[in-house]
Amino acid sequence: MSVRTAIVRNPIDVAAMLAEIQDPANGATVLFLGHVREVNDGRVVTGIEYTAYGEMAERELASIASDAIAATGVSDITIVHRLGELPLGDASIAIVVAHAHRAEAYAASRFVIEEVKKRLPVWKREQYADGTREWVNAHGVATQGPQ
Amino acid sequence: MTVTALLFASYAEAFGSDRVELSLDAGTTVRDAVDRLRALPGGAGLPSTLLVAVNLEYADADQPLASGDELAIIPPVAGG
Repeated sequence: MSVRTAIVRNPIDVAAMLAEIQDPANGATVLFLGHVREVNDGRVVTGIEYTAYGEMAERELASIASDAIAATGVSDITIVHRLGELPLGDASIAIVVAHAHRAEAYAASRFVIEEVKKRLPVWKREQYADGTREWVNAHGVATQGPQ
Repeated sequence: MTVTALLFASYAEAFGSDRVELSLDAGTTVRDAVDRLRALPGGAGLPSTLLVAVNLEYADADQPLASGDELAIIPPVAGG
């Protein structure tokens, strides 16, 4: 079994994540990356700042990995979520799941990202091309913060 | 007793601070503590239903608080 979860501030090294989960028993490896997207809710985004309740986020991410293992039967998962100021195109989250067969690997990967969207105490503030910035809620819509 | 309330993202901006110390009676619940926060400057904008964690775990409104607890008010999460 190989399980690792981490909250980091530096760019995510995807190649290293794929290398660390290599096991001849696994016939399928699924990689999911979440990126900073150029347009959200019709506005041009130039970057995103991610913040977190750090100590709780570490615990929740580990808990999500455990739940994914219990729910899907996979045993090899690595999840890394990045915080800080991210430019367009950079990965904010990387999920690597490996298993003997693809069905379980895909299921676990999907399980992890959906749980992250529901429970991981992480927030993002989008920076727009017009110089403004706003906190974004779980549905990807900017919330009008108090001025 | 004293409980520390942690505020994040848009909530921290609304309160102008990322933490508030609350002096509460023993046995006060999460709901009571949140009501106290709502009465503070910046608290009026909090949504009617809130996600809350006590000592790093999601908690129900009925959960009683103890002195020294860390109460976190969790804005809608947006990770991934």
